[in-house]
Amino acid sequence: MVERLIQEASSFAGSIDGLIALVMVLVGFWLILAEAVFFWLIFRFRAKPDVRTQYITGKEKHLKRWITIPHALVLVCDVFIIVGAVRVWYNVKQHLPEADYTVRVIGQQWAWVFQQPGQDGELDTADDIYTTDNLYVENEKTYHFELTSRDVLHDFSVPVFRLKQDAVPGRTITGWFRPTVAGTFDIQCAEICGIGHGVMLGHINVQTASEHEQWIAQHSPASAQ
Amino acid sequence: MAQTHEHGAHADHGPQGILKYIWSTDHKIIAMQYLFTGMFMAMVGGFMAYVFRMQLAFPGTSVPLYGVVSPAEYNALITNHGSIMIFWVAMPVLIAAFGNFCIPLMIGADDMVFPRINRLSYQVFLLSVLVVLASLFVPGGGFGGAWTSYPPLSANSAYNLTRLGASMWLTAVALEFVAFLLGGINFITTLMNSRAPGMKAYDIPMTPWMIVIASIVFMLSVGPLIAGAIMLLFDQNLGTGFFDPNRGGDPILWQHLFWFFGHPEVYVVLFPAIGMVIDIIATFARKKLFGYKIILYTAVATAVLSFFVWAHHQFIAGIDPRMANIFTVTTLLISVPIAEMLFVSIATLYGGSIHLTTPMLWALAFIGEFLIGGVTGIFLGASGADVYLHDTYFVLAHFHYTFFPIAIIGTFAAFTYWFPKMFGKMMDDRLGKIHFWGTVIPFNVIFIPLFVLGLGGQHRRIYNFQNFPELQHMQPLRILATGALIVMLFFQIFFFWNVIKSWISGPKAPKNPWKANTLEWTADSPPPHGNWPPDQLPKVYRGPYEYGHPDAPEGMDYWPQNLPPQNQPARG
Amino acid sequence: MQKPIATTRSATGIPTGRLAVWWVLASEVVIFGGLLASYVMHRLGHPEWANAAAGTNTWIGAFNTFVLLSSSFTAVLAHQAAEHGDGKQAARYLFMTIGGAATFILVKSAEWTHEIREGFTITANGFWSFYYTAAGLHAMHVIAGAIVMAFVARDAARGRELQRVELIGIYWHFVDVVWIFLFPLLYIAK
Repeated sequence: MVERLIQEASSFAGSIDGLIALVMVLVGFWLILAEAVFFWLIFRFRAKPDVRTQYITGKEKHLKRWITIPHALVLVCDVFIIVGAVRVWYNVKQHLPEADYTVRVIGQQWAWVFQQPGQDGELDTADDIYTTDNLYVENEKTYHFELTSRDVLHDFSVPVFRLKQDAVPGRTITGWFRPTVAGTFDIQCAEICGIGHGVMLGHINVQTASEHEQWIAQHSPASAQ
Repeated sequence: MAQTHEHGAHADHGPQGILKYIWSTDHKIIAMQYLFTGMFMAMVGGFMAYVFRMQLAFPGTSVPLYGVVSPAEYNALITNHGSIMIFWVAMPVLIAAFGNFCIPLMIGADDMVFPRINRLSYQVFLLSVLVVLASLFVPGGGFGGAWTSYPPLSANSAYNLTRLGASMWLTAVALEFVAFLLGGINFITTLMNSRAPGMKAYDIPMTPWMIVIASIVFMLSVGPLIAGAIMLLFDQNLGTGFFDPNRGGDPILWQHLFWFFGHPEVYVVLFPAIGMVIDIIATFARKKLFGYKIILYTAVATAVLSFFVWAHHQFIAGIDPRMANIFTVTTLLISVPIAEMLFVSIATLYGGSIHLTTPMLWALAFIGEFLIGGVTGIFLGASGADVYLHDTYFVLAHFHYTFFPIAIIGTFAAFTYWFPKMFGKMMDDRLGKIHFWGTVIPFNVIFIPLFVLGLGGQHRRIYNFQNFPELQHMQPLRILATGALIVMLFFQIFFFWNVIKSWISGPKAPKNPWKANTLEWTADSPPPHGNWPPDQLPKVYRGPYEYGHPDAPEGMDYWPQNLPPQNQPARG
Repeated sequence: MQKPIATTRSATGIPTGRLAVWWVLASEVVIFGGLLASYVMHRLGHPEWANAAAGTNTWIGAFNTFVLLSSSFTAVLAHQAAEHGDGKQAARYLFMTIGGAATFILVKSAEWTHEIREGFTITANGFWSFYYTAAGLHAMHVIAGAIVMAFVARDAARGRELQRVELIGIYWHFVDVVWIFLFPLLYIAK
């Protein structure tokens, strides 16, 4: 359902959309049922002349059942959702699959700075590539990102990946993603960071293998080659 | 003689003339002070919403009655809109205004137990209002770091660029907290101790019960945030580094202190609203509340659980990911007692005789709309889904589908219900219904598009979505939402017209126009100082919801709490 | 101002004033609890703060602890006198308690002056930030409590509102208890 509004472009986007769909079905069922009963009761028991109200104490077992049974069913639905949520959460946030590459993402007022490995494929070497606001990655490769901030809280979010993580100054937080669709996609800052929060637009450019190899070759600092 | 006795006991009638409205310790006057201040602030907050929604619908254009909205002003508008609506509208109106007015009357007391502390609480509250309003006009402008005020942005003026505004905003919030701590003492002790003879715990109506439970939750949850606010004020003004990672501080500590309060706070405002809605539903369905004890126990369960869910606001904040699982479990579990409260309210309609008066329409709308708000919270409580939905407009739509029913629909329900008692006049029911439909329908047209925008990946607190290629295609939804807001604001004219017209020339209200059971309807409309003659304070003989009781006198479909039973010895 | 009838009722059997003071204390416990919990979490994450903590003077802290405990004792004596209806004696004991408060504040002022001269200011480092904030918040409660106590003592000396002697006493014990937490956290943990 979400994918109708915005495409899925990462390996875990589908599982997140799936969880949202699960919640939508379960929650939608209860919402529609509750609202239907609610409106029906308003209609059925609207005031009519000479019709007295019933005196119901709430202790009547056959009536209490109408509360206790939905109560139990809601709990069961909650369990399904909890299981789904924990599984997706574990995959996306707790478990770090092995990385093909690692990139560093630094948020600051009001831009994104990226540090990527150069041709040697290793971070923190002389041939690293630094870019601002544009991150270039290779399709179908697993990336770790090491996220931090230079000043205030920011949040690195790529909606098409369904990816989001706060950038905290003084900490380096590691996450991962694996792009599955080539193209250029928005990076939004998802934590208010001052008056420039709305202009911290970035782009993540997912390239094919050959495009990416070319890009790295072109952009690695000449002195290191 | 009753006359001289009354005069003797109330020789000190309190201040006279204009001073009566400023210096009184009478709980009803203090209630009016809170009510009108809160309603004024609602207009301020509503105006802010109008301005920033116009900016979002037509970015960069000059907004009528305001001008062009700069990014800094946008941030100040959304920050203060949120803060004002929660701290200076929802809390003063639902808790302080209706709490002050209704609690003594509904428990058969002549005033709150500490009238002077009551007056002081309003004075501190008024000071907080002046400080927050002033903060909008100081050099640098109003604080723009969101109502959550996360450091380091909020702690360091080099980052937020609103040196004065930030500290004034924070000071105003701290003063508001003090005002409500003072007020809470009155509500809690008055309910515990000053009940009418014969009013046992389970004879107390839901309105006072829920306001007191809310006050207790507030008092027990706000402490750490007060400590945090002191630390943040020191960071802002003394150069300490409590939240500065460069000096051994931790920005995430603030988040924990804030949300440890912030989550119970939503129940602090929910409980009074739902309490009043329940009383109104019982009255106009002419029906005994289906599960009085269930509601009480689920309210207490929710209150307790609410202290264990806070980090669902921080799933992706950098907390240990393993902690997220605990909070998903507690967050989804808390939906169960709340659902039960709503089911019991709906079940009360069964077998009733439903009169769709204006207050009843508002009370029913509360239930219907809050159901949507509640279920959409499940999406956000599920940690895996929150990875995508955090900080998007989905969150915004969720909390407006809960806060709007609480603060606006709940307020209109309570206001139209108790207006006759407060002002001695009846409101115009036709104008009331026009106002009702003109508010509730546009409300849905504003916020349903916002759910869609959120699912489409649109994040909060951004002043112009045309900057983002993936979001541009949803601009028609933004314009639709803004248009609906303007329609809704227009229909508020019917409310003001109704209030003024009714107050000036509405039909005189009898003591009990709704034929309700609770004690406030046995006092005059409006009640005098002391509420009842001192030797005629009511005694209670039964619970508050004995509608449709087969033994009620003369075939009445209601049985007021204070009527002695016909063939049994008087209680108390 | 005439007391409302509401103030004289007691559906729970507990006097209203006492109920109110306990609720005030509950909210204060959460305030100090939040502050001290934040301090403890920081302290556990920053073992090097022990170096800064070495700068506090444990003897002065101990002396002030003794002063506060003694003042709580005189507050108890004041309550006893009030129970016997002896307002004048209760007032005398309350003024002794106020004297203890004044001593506490004077000693603290001298202590802080000395520490600030040494360069241990509120911005010196995280430990000192918490030290001044926590002890300062406590000191504010001591001062506020002493002021209220003076009003209660004045009324008691005139034989009025004797039940308030117990109430301000309960508050005073709370102020004491907070200090009993602060003393080890700020002065002993080094």
